[in-house]
Amino acid sequence: MYSEILGVVAVFLLTILLALPFGRYVAKVYAGDRTFLDGVFGPLERLFFRLSGIDPTRQMTWQDHLKAMLTINLVWFFGAMFILMNQGWLPFNPDGNPSMSPDLAFNTAISFMVNCNLQHYSGETGMSYFGQIACLMFLQFVSAGTGMAAAAVVFHALRPEQTVLLGNFYNFLVKSCTRILLPIAFLASVFFVFRGMPATIAGKGEMVTLEGDTVQVSRGLVAPFVAIKHLGTNGGGYFGANSAHPLENPDYWTNQVELFLQSIIPMAMVFGLGFFLKRPKISWSIFGVMTVGFLLLAIPNIYMESRGNPALQAMGIDQGIGAMEGKEVRLGSISGGYWSILTTVISTGSVNSMHDSSMPLSGMNELLAMMVNAFYGGVGVGILNYFIYLILAVFIAGLMVGRTPELMGKKVEAREVKIAMLTALLSPLLIMGGTATAAWLIAHDPSIPWLNNPGFHGFSEMLYEFTSANANNGSGFEGLGDNTPFWNITTGIVLLLGRYIPIIGPVAIAGLLASKKYVPEGAGTLPTDSVTFGVMVFSVIAIITALSYFPALALGPLAEYFSM
Amino acid sequence: MKHPHSNKLFEPELIRTGLRQSVVKLSPAQLIRNPVMFTVEVGTLVMLVVTILSATGTGERAIMGHPVYNLFIFILLLLTVLFANFAEAFAEARGKAQADSLRKTRKDTPARRLLADGVEILTASANLVQGDRFVCAAGDIVPADGEIVEGLASIDESAITGESAPVIREAGGDRSSVTGGTRVLSDRIVVEVTARPGESFLDKMIALVEGARRQKTPNEIALTILLAGFTLVFVIVCVTLKPFADYAQTPISVAAYVSLFVCLIPTTIGGLLSAIGIAGMDRALRANVITKSGKAVETAGDIDTLLLDKTGTITIGNRKATHFYPAPAVDERAFVEAAVLSSLADETPEGKSILELAALPVNQFDTNGAVQIKFSAETRSSGIDLTDGRQIRKGAVDAMKRWIQSSGHVFPEVLDDRVRAISSNGGTPLVVAENGKALGVVELQDIIKPGIQERFARLHRMGVKTVMVTGDNPLTARFIAEKAGVDDFIAEATPEDKLAYIRKEQESGKLVAMMGDGTNDAPALAQADVGVAMNSGTQAAKEAGNMVDLDNDPTKLIEVVEIGKQLLMTRGALTTFSIANDVAKYFAIVPALFIHSIPALQSLNIMRLHSPESAILSAVIFNAAIIPALIPLALKGVAYKPIGASALLQRNLLIYGLGGVVVPFLGIKVIDLVVSLFV
Repeated sequence: MYSEILGVVAVFLLTILLALPFGRYVAKVYAGDRTFLDGVFGPLERLFFRLSGIDPTRQMTWQDHLKAMLTINLVWFFGAMFILMNQGWLPFNPDGNPSMSPDLAFNTAISFMVNCNLQHYSGETGMSYFGQIACLMFLQFVSAGTGMAAAAVVFHALRPEQTVLLGNFYNFLVKSCTRILLPIAFLASVFFVFRGMPATIAGKGEMVTLEGDTVQVSRGLVAPFVAIKHLGTNGGGYFGANSAHPLENPDYWTNQVELFLQSIIPMAMVFGLGFFLKRPKISWSIFGVMTVGFLLLAIPNIYMESRGNPALQAMGIDQGIGAMEGKEVRLGSISGGYWSILTTVISTGSVNSMHDSSMPLSGMNELLAMMVNAFYGGVGVGILNYFIYLILAVFIAGLMVGRTPELMGKKVEAREVKIAMLTALLSPLLIMGGTATAAWLIAHDPSIPWLNNPGFHGFSEMLYEFTSANANNGSGFEGLGDNTPFWNITTGIVLLLGRYIPIIGPVAIAGLLASKKYVPEGAGTLPTDSVTFGVMVFSVIAIITALSYFPALALGPLAEYFSM
Repeated sequence: MKHPHSNKLFEPELIRTGLRQSVVKLSPAQLIRNPVMFTVEVGTLVMLVVTILSATGTGERAIMGHPVYNLFIFILLLLTVLFANFAEAFAEARGKAQADSLRKTRKDTPARRLLADGVEILTASANLVQGDRFVCAAGDIVPADGEIVEGLASIDESAITGESAPVIREAGGDRSSVTGGTRVLSDRIVVEVTARPGESFLDKMIALVEGARRQKTPNEIALTILLAGFTLVFVIVCVTLKPFADYAQTPISVAAYVSLFVCLIPTTIGGLLSAIGIAGMDRALRANVITKSGKAVETAGDIDTLLLDKTGTITIGNRKATHFYPAPAVDERAFVEAAVLSSLADETPEGKSILELAALPVNQFDTNGAVQIKFSAETRSSGIDLTDGRQIRKGAVDAMKRWIQSSGHVFPEVLDDRVRAISSNGGTPLVVAENGKALGVVELQDIIKPGIQERFARLHRMGVKTVMVTGDNPLTARFIAEKAGVDDFIAEATPEDKLAYIRKEQESGKLVAMMGDGTNDAPALAQADVGVAMNSGTQAAKEAGNMVDLDNDPTKLIEVVEIGKQLLMTRGALTTFSIANDVAKYFAIVPALFIHSIPALQSLNIMRLHSPESAILSAVIFNAAIIPALIPLALKGVAYKPIGASALLQRNLLIYGLGGVVVPFLGIKVIDLVVSLFV
C-alpha cells in the first residue's frame, strides 16, 4: 500500500517539477520567441498558411479571435459529422463497423470538438480506424489547441499595455499543436508502443485464452490515440473501457505516464502565464489555490477508496486492498482514487476505474471537481475558468479593502462583472437544469429505462452525466443508459454551451481589460498574488460551488452516503 | 473642528419618518430599482395568495401547507421587505435632516435687493434670481449664495461651518464668495446672486440625498449585477428543486420553497445597499463636505495622489523671521534698526514678523517726511527713503543683489554663504541694504503644523502619494517637504504647473485629488478626479470642483479619502457577510425539506434544529432580523484602518467572511430554541 501511495505522490511531484521549465517554454511559444522546433515545423506551417490564405502576423481584436475560433470549429464539426455518419463505407474499416446514427454522430462530433469526449458508443464496435484517426484523433489535437489558443489570447490581454490587438488566433492554434502537443504526443506514443500498446491498421487479432477459448480482440492505432487523449485532456478512450482496458493501459508504467501526460499542460499553462507576464508570483498564487483544491478532493478519495466499502466489510468480505469493485487489480484502489480526481479536476475524463462504483463521497468529490472545473482544469480552458473566479474575487476583495477593484493594473468594472457573473451562472443552469429535466421525466414516467440503479445513485448518475458534459470532461457514471436521443441531444447542447461560453466570457473580459488604461500598482493596491488573496479566491470558488449545488449533492451522493 | 450637528444615530423623529417611508416604498414601481428586494416582494405576494388559498382549503394540503404557518411566513417576508425599506428610508431621513438643518437658516430670509438704478427694495430670498444684486450690512443674514461685487465685510459662517471665528470676505480676488445663511458682522457688501433658487450647493445635496436625482455609482451598478447574478443562481436552485423533489417523491410546500429562496438570495446586502450609499454622502456632510455626487465620494476612496498647498495646510499660515545675521563690520543694532525701518511699510505677514522679532519700540523712529516704499510683487522689495538721505531696502536676495551691484558695491561672500545655508535649511533669506551697501540677512522660517507628519504618514500607509505645492524655490521646498514627510513637491508652482502635474499623474493611470480656493485653481480643480473647493473660495473654484468643504480646512481631503474607502468597504463587507450566511441557511432548510422522505439526511441537520417547521421559520426570522441589526453598521460604515490592502482584506475576510459563516449557525440555533417552544 505504501509503494502505491509513493507511486502516486512521485508522479504528482514529478509533474509539477517538469511543469516549471515546460511553462517557461509555453510562454516562449506564445510570445513568438524562437524555439528549437522552428526549424522542423516552420516551413510546413508557412506552406499551410500560404495555402489557406491566412496571414499569421495579422493582429486580432478579442472579437476577431472569437469569430475565428467559432468559424474554424464549425468547419470541423461538419467534417466530423460527415466522417462519423459515413465511416461504414469509408476506407480503413477492417472490422466492418457501421456508420453512426445522426443523433449519436451529433453527440460524438460535438463531444470531441469541444474537448469533452463523452462517449455514448464503444470504440470496438462503434468506430472505424479511419473514424478514430481522421475524425476523433484529429479533433483531439485541434480542440486542445483551441483551448490553449484562447488562453494565449488572455495571456496577451493581461500585459500592461493598453491595446485592442491581441495576436493572431490561427498562429496561436497552429503553434499550440506543432510546438507543444505534437512533439510530446509523439514521444509518449513511442513509449506506449514499447510498453505493449497496439499501433496497427490490421483488423481484430485472434487470441487463445488460458481456458483454451479463441477470442477476437479489437486493436488499431491505440498508442498515438492514447497519447493525445491524455496530453490534450480529451479523455475519449480508443476502447469502451478507456484506460481500464489492458490494451489502452497495459501496465503500471503506462498508467503513470498517462497520469503525467494529462496534468502536464494544465499545470504548465499556469506557470506559463507567470513567465509570459514576467510575474512568476501570480502563477504560484494560482497554482497554490488549484493545488489546495485538488488535494482537498484527491486525498479523501484515495482514503475512501483504499479503506474499502464498509457495507461489504460488514458482509464479511475482506476490504484489505480497498474498494475493488470497478477497479483494475493491476492498478489498484489508490491509483484508481487518484486518477478519478485528476481526470475530473482536469477535464480529461479518461478513467482507469469505473466511477459509478466509487464510494458515495468519492463520487461527490468527482462531481465537485467537475463543477469547479478550474483546479488545473482542461488544457487552456482550466485557466480561463479560473480567470472568471479571479474576476469575481478581485471585485469582492477590492470592495472589502475600500478601492475600486483592479486586476493586474486594470480596473474591473460593471461590464466585466456582468460577463463574469453570466459565465459563472452557466454551469449551475446547465447542470441543474439538465438534471432537473431528466429527473422530472423519470419522476413522471418511471417506465423510462435509463436507470439501472433507482434512488439516490440513479440521481447521481444523471447529475454526473450533465456535470461531465458541462465541464467538457467526458467521463461517466456508466450505469446510465445514455445512448438515446434524449441524452445524445441534451448533453450535446450542454457540451456546446459548456464549451464555448466559458471561452467567450474570459476572452471578452480580458479583451475589455486590455483596452483599459494601466494603473501602476501602488501601496494601496490589493496584491493579487498574495496568500491572503489566494484564500479569497479559494473561498469564492468554494462558496459559489457549494451554494449552486448543495441541494443536488444532498439528494445524490450525500443521501447515499448517509443511507449506507 | 466643531461639528454642530447631532451625531446620535437613532433619533425618534427620524425613526418615525423612516417607518412611514418604509411602507410607502413597498410600491413595486419604487422597489424595482432594487432587484433583490423586489424578488422578495414577489415572494411575499405569493405567500399572501397561498395563505388565503390554504385558509379556504383550496389545493393539495401537502403543497399548500397550513394556513397559520403560511401566515407567519407571509408576515416574516413582509417584515424583511419593510426592514430593507426602513434602512433606506432612515438613511434618507438622516441625510435630509442634516441638509435641512443647514437650509433652515435660509428660509424666508429678507433680502435687500438692489435695482439697477441703485434703489433698494425689500423682498424674500426665495424671489432672488441669478444675476440679481442684493445688499447686506452688519447684522444681516446673507439671503443667497453669491459673489461680492463691492465692499468688504467680516462674516460669521458658524451656521454652516461651526467655526466661530469670523472670516473676511471682499470683492475681487479669491475670497469673494458668500454662502446663504451666514451672517454679516461688520461693514456693507453688495453681492451678486450666482445660483438660481433650488440650485445652490445645499439644494443639490439635498436632492441627492432625497433620492430623486440619486444615480447609482459605477461600483454600485457592478455590485447590483453581482447580486442579481447570485439571485439568479438561487432561482435556478429553487426551480430545479421541484423536479428533484418529485424524483425523491417528496412533496414540498410553497411556503418552504419561497422561504428557501428568500433566505438564499442576498437580502442582507440587497436591503442595505442604498442605505450604505446615502450614509456615505451623509458622513461627508457630517464632516462638513458637500458632495455634488455619490460618485465623487466613491472616487475619493481610490485616490492615488493628493495635491496640497503648502501654506495653511502643511505650514502655519506664513513664514516668520527667526534670525538677524549682520554683515561683517556692521553693528548688529544698526542692522536690526535698518531692518525694522524697511519693514514699517511692509504689510505682508513676513514684514510684520520682522518687527515682532526685533521687538523695538516702533515710535522711537522718526519717520516724518520719509517716503515709504511698499512691497510689490515686481520689485520684490520694500523700504523707506528717510529725510536724511538714507535709502533702506529689504527684499528677496536676487532683487537686492541687483540693486547692490548696480550701485557699485560688492555683495559680501560671508553673506552669500549665509544665504545658501538658510535656503538649504528650508528658510527664506531676506537681504537688508542701505544706499546700495549690504547690511545683513534676515532669516524667515516656515513653521510646520503640529501633527501634520502623522497625518501624512497615515496617508502614506493608505497608499496615497502626497504632493506639496508651493511658490518657494526648490531648495526651500525640498527641506519643508522632507520635514513634513510629503512624497513629492512642486516648487515655484504656477497654476499651469499644477494642471500639468495632475495631467501627468492621470496619464500614468492615477487618480488625483486636490484642494483649492482661487479662480486660478479652477482648471486644476476641474481636471482633478476629486476637486475640493473651499467654501471661502471663489464661485469659479466651487463650480469646478466636485466637493465643497464648508470648513475651509485643507487637510479635510484626508477625511474625504477615508469616507470614500469606508463606503466601498462597507458594501464589500456586507456582501461577503450576506453570501457567507447562506451556508448555514442551507444546513437549516435543505434537511428540513427532505427529512420525511429521506430520514438519512437528518445527519445534515448539524444544528440539531427542533423540527422541519421550526428550522424553516428560524432561518426566515434570522434572515429578516439581520437587516435591522446591521443598519447601524451600514450607516456608520466599516472602520477603515490604514494597515495595507492585504492586511485589511485578511481582517475583513475573517470578520465578515468567517463571521458570516459562523454567526447564522449560532443565530438560527438560538432562534430555533425559542421557536420550538411554540411550534
